[in-house]
Amino acid sequence: MDRRVFLLALAGLPVWRGARAVDFAPVLPGRRLVFPADHGAHPDFRTEWWYATGWLHVPDGTPLGFQTTFFRVRTGMGEGSPSAFAPRQLILAHAAIADPRLGRLRHDERSARVGFGRAGFESGHTRVWVGDWRFEQTGERYRAEVRAADFSYALDLLADDPPVLNGRAGFSTKAPDSRHASYYYSRPQLKVSGSVTLEGRSQSVTGHAWLDHEWSSELLPDGAQGWDWVGLNLDDGSALMAFRMRGRDGRALWAAATFRPTDGPARVLSPVDIGFEALRQWRSTRTGITYPVEWRVRIGWRFFHLQPLLDDQELDSSRSTGAVYWEGAVRVMEAGREFGRGYLEMTGYGERIRIG
Amino acid sequence: MKLAPVFLGSLARRRVATLFSLMAIVLGVALGMAVQAVHEAALSEFGRGLRSLAGQADLQVVGPRGGFDEGLYAQLAARPEVADASPVVEVEVKLAGREDTLTLLGVDVFALARVTPLLLPRADEGGERFAVLADDGIFVSAAVRQAFGLKSGEAIRLQVGATDVTLRVAGDLPAAGDARRLAVMDIAAVQARFGRLGRLTRIDLRLVDGVEPGAVRDVLQGVLPAGVLVEAPEAAEDQAANLSRAYRVNLTMLAAMALLTGGFLVFSAQALSVVRRRTEFAFLRAIGLSRRTLFGWLVAEGAAVGLAGGLVGTALGYGLAWGALVLLGGDLGAGYFSGLTPQLQFQPGVSVAYVALGMLAGVAGAWLPAREAATVSPAQALKAGDEAALLGGRGHPVCGATLLALSVAACGIPPVDGLPLGGYLAVACLLAGAVMLLPAVASGVAWLLPARGPVPARLALARLGAAPGHAVVAAAGVLTSVALAAAMAIMVASFRDSVDQWLNQILPADLYLRAGKASGSGYLDEDLQRRIAATPGVGQVAFTRHESLRLAAGQAPVALIARPVSKDGSELPLAGRVHPGGEGPQVWISEAMQDLYGWQPGQQVDLPLAGRRVAVHVAGVWRDYARQTGAVMIDLGDYRRLTGDRLANDAAIALAPGAGASQVADALTTMAGARALEVARPGEIRAISLRIFDRTFAVTYLLEAVAVAIGLAGVAASFAALAAARRREFGMLRHLGLTRRQIGWMLAQEGALAAGVGVLGGLLTGGAIGLVLIEVVNRQSFHWSMDLHVPWGSLALFGVGLIALAALAAVLAGRQAMRQDAVLAVREDW
Repeated sequence: MDRRVFLLALAGLPVWRGARAVDFAPVLPGRRLVFPADHGAHPDFRTEWWYATGWLHVPDGTPLGFQTTFFRVRTGMGEGSPSAFAPRQLILAHAAIADPRLGRLRHDERSARVGFGRAGFESGHTRVWVGDWRFEQTGERYRAEVRAADFSYALDLLADDPPVLNGRAGFSTKAPDSRHASYYYSRPQLKVSGSVTLEGRSQSVTGHAWLDHEWSSELLPDGAQGWDWVGLNLDDGSALMAFRMRGRDGRALWAAATFRPTDGPARVLSPVDIGFEALRQWRSTRTGITYPVEWRVRIGWRFFHLQPLLDDQELDSSRSTGAVYWEGAVRVMEAGREFGRGYLEMTGYGERIRIG
Repeated sequence: MKLAPVFLGSLARRRVATLFSLMAIVLGVALGMAVQAVHEAALSEFGRGLRSLAGQADLQVVGPRGGFDEGLYAQLAARPEVADASPVVEVEVKLAGREDTLTLLGVDVFALARVTPLLLPRADEGGERFAVLADDGIFVSAAVRQAFGLKSGEAIRLQVGATDVTLRVAGDLPAAGDARRLAVMDIAAVQARFGRLGRLTRIDLRLVDGVEPGAVRDVLQGVLPAGVLVEAPEAAEDQAANLSRAYRVNLTMLAAMALLTGGFLVFSAQALSVVRRRTEFAFLRAIGLSRRTLFGWLVAEGAAVGLAGGLVGTALGYGLAWGALVLLGGDLGAGYFSGLTPQLQFQPGVSVAYVALGMLAGVAGAWLPAREAATVSPAQALKAGDEAALLGGRGHPVCGATLLALSVAACGIPPVDGLPLGGYLAVACLLAGAVMLLPAVASGVAWLLPARGPVPARLALARLGAAPGHAVVAAAGVLTSVALAAAMAIMVASFRDSVDQWLNQILPADLYLRAGKASGSGYLDEDLQRRIAATPGVGQVAFTRHESLRLAAGQAPVALIARPVSKDGSELPLAGRVHPGGEGPQVWISEAMQDLYGWQPGQQVDLPLAGRRVAVHVAGVWRDYARQTGAVMIDLGDYRRLTGDRLANDAAIALAPGAGASQVADALTTMAGARALEVARPGEIRAISLRIFDRTFAVTYLLEAVAVAIGLAGVAASFAALAAARRREFGMLRHLGLTRRQIGWMLAQEGALAAGVGVLGGLLTGGAIGLVLIEVVNRQSFHWSMDLHVPWGSLALFGVGLIALAALAAVLAGRQAMRQDAVLAVREDW
């Protein structure tokens, strides 16, 4: 997932020039997340993202996958600069559409420093933008607007339920050592309506989406090669988030999951209750990287079989994060029948992500 | 019948004359080609640099050197027509402790990537992710690395004001090309560390697809403050091309004149050769050679010389261009493209054109003699003895006079597209008119000179009077080259003299201090200004602030000079009358402002100062040889009041009574860091300026030398051919009892007379051409006037030397011709 690519990229800086003088806000256990305030930006932390993924349907029934990601990055640079261009905070955004008819992703990215109205964020509620791309919240409704070279979309994402806190009440650890942690909540089962423009043709769409909001100052654990993450909206109204960190040998260093049942409070699972098993490999002809695109994910005693909407959902973000990864729409099968839809993300299958 | 040996072979038989014609054409073509190749190389390099700077920008918002308010960026970037906007702070930065500068661009890499991606910096291996945002990291082009021997991670010290900042080389500019001294840094760092807070110098705009730049331009211009303009990215390239074009065209015109002389030499050689071969042609005609074929072959002789000259000249031109690029740089020393290392490129089209020009000169030169030879009836030509009926006759005095009159009219033609075409037309008319009038002048001279003295002298004089055709051919070559050389000498002498006087006038103080070049990153802040004024031994100090103004789209920036100026401007090198205004601020404009913007003394004009239009009164015009794009001078007090800018670039220091210049200079130099402040005496500045002047005119001097060489070659060739044609005459004179010595003496006088007529005509024509160059060509090309200064001494020496050489050449040629036995020479024709 590019958010974590980003985190990892930030993580590896051996000498963070200027960072020595900067105190990033620490991620501490026990801090209670307060809404709507925590929907807004947390500029004292090093990095933060709002990350929406989901399935859409055009009127003729064809499914599409979409991704909208906004990063806020405090660079630790220019903190004392008197210039209005000082690069203290950056906004980076990625957007993609997975279209089975095209057979690959359409994607684009934007990045800018905060200032002069070119990019910015707000506290107190979700509002983040770069150029004419924006992601903002009004009440329980989010709006994502993206205008890229070969696609554009404007989507409304409506939340019926309160946020699901991951980890210990939103304190989400990334390694056995709880120093590596973030504040992290999800908003599953968002109802989507809006329009998508492909090849110059605008169509109205409906669907379901997933929103993550996460912020941290911490670096990821040493020795992490990559990770696998899923966010699944299940047909019965329940929702599952699960991820695992992989070491260089491909084995899990750490895993975490949150399951929110149809009714009742979310349940946080311990690493032993989570299993990721790869079922089928797909090799990218562009990069030569092989990804496991079909999975069996075990959560406690339940098994979810994940099948991609299309195999080629590889994303090359060499212009911003510099990483190549797989980020795509998946169908969820349980006991041989389709039981939900969601997004799968896999990193570190090619080279180890460039540090710094 | 094989005719090639008959005709083309004749070229080989008169080797000397052919060689000189060839040389003249080679030189003309070579010079033209060299100027063209060098300039093309420089311009294309300059253009490439600009294009990579402009990238995919559809429009550029530009302002004065000091820039404009950064708030404009937010305003423009938010407009619906604008897809992407990239803000830039450009500073010409001086390296601390060195003379060299580099162009530093403060950029926002995120915006840059979408508008001018070729400028994107690349961090070195192992660099951090946000290295491009660091406020101490600088990214440099290959040219900078080479020029200053910098390696990655090394420190580089740059001057700001009179202090310096130390930066680290953090990476390179992989796509920016190798030729420019360019560096890129984060925009916030440049603003904060180079004293440019809140300022931008440029915004590159990429427009939304389908939006017409022309239409948007007007809309955007409407929202911009005074002095900030929207331009098409090509504008800068055009400005540079326009600026240097006049210089290039001037040089090319000189080369064209050399070529013209070459054509003329072909003419004179052919004319004489054709006369000599009259009998030969008559035979050929008698045995059936058609008139047309004879004409064709004679023209082909000239064409062969021209073609050979064109080929050799073009090759030589590239060689010269290569040498000039290595020695003088892309602007042939004129300073238009500093900081560039252009690559010479073979230009097939232009090369072919120059070869063709050489051939054209040969054909044109051979045309008239060929026609003459072809029209003579064989029967008449077989009766030998009328070589005297040479081309030229009495010339065309009416036609010549008309051309001279036309040249006066041509001087009144205004510049066409910035080029003084009228001036060049006048020069061409003057030359052609003078050549046409030459026979009449020759007869006049012969008529005026007393017909006394020894026989050889009388014979020589009689010959000039009776058969001016001979003399004309020789003298016309002399006239052309003398005129060219004299005109250039007068122009350069006037220019140099005027610059010298001007330097004396603008450098009245005892010492001058500056913080690097006016356009650079050095400046004197208020504290330093106070300390300079308080330095012991310093009497009066006049500070100068250099800014630039954008007055019209598509025009290069105009220099704004703020310094103390008296109400009547009496200390300035004024040109014309003064119209001091009333109470409001007044400005003094350079002559270029008159030509380019039509400003006149006494007029009220708007000056964009600090983003506002300020009405100022034009008090007078001053002469400025330093800035061809125009300069406006304003009193420093007025400037500071209107803009709030309290910095200065230079200081003119008058010493206190009794103070020693060198002690004060030392005290001032040590006031700031090593070599941050340059202190110079007016004498040094003057010497440097004149050295630069001489270097700029090095090419002109070279052309002059070539013109002289061609002139001499012309005289020698003409006389050689003439003497050869007169073998029978010499034989006859020997029979009549003249000694060889007497004939030699006669020849020397003939040569001196012909050359004298040519030199006289050449000097007169040259004087007139010099005036045209000064008053029309220079004024229209570079927008400055100068006082006429004729280098009488050197011109006289040149003229006398040329006459003596002509006499010598005539004698030598005659000796060659008289080697044959006199009896044989006479007999061979009977």
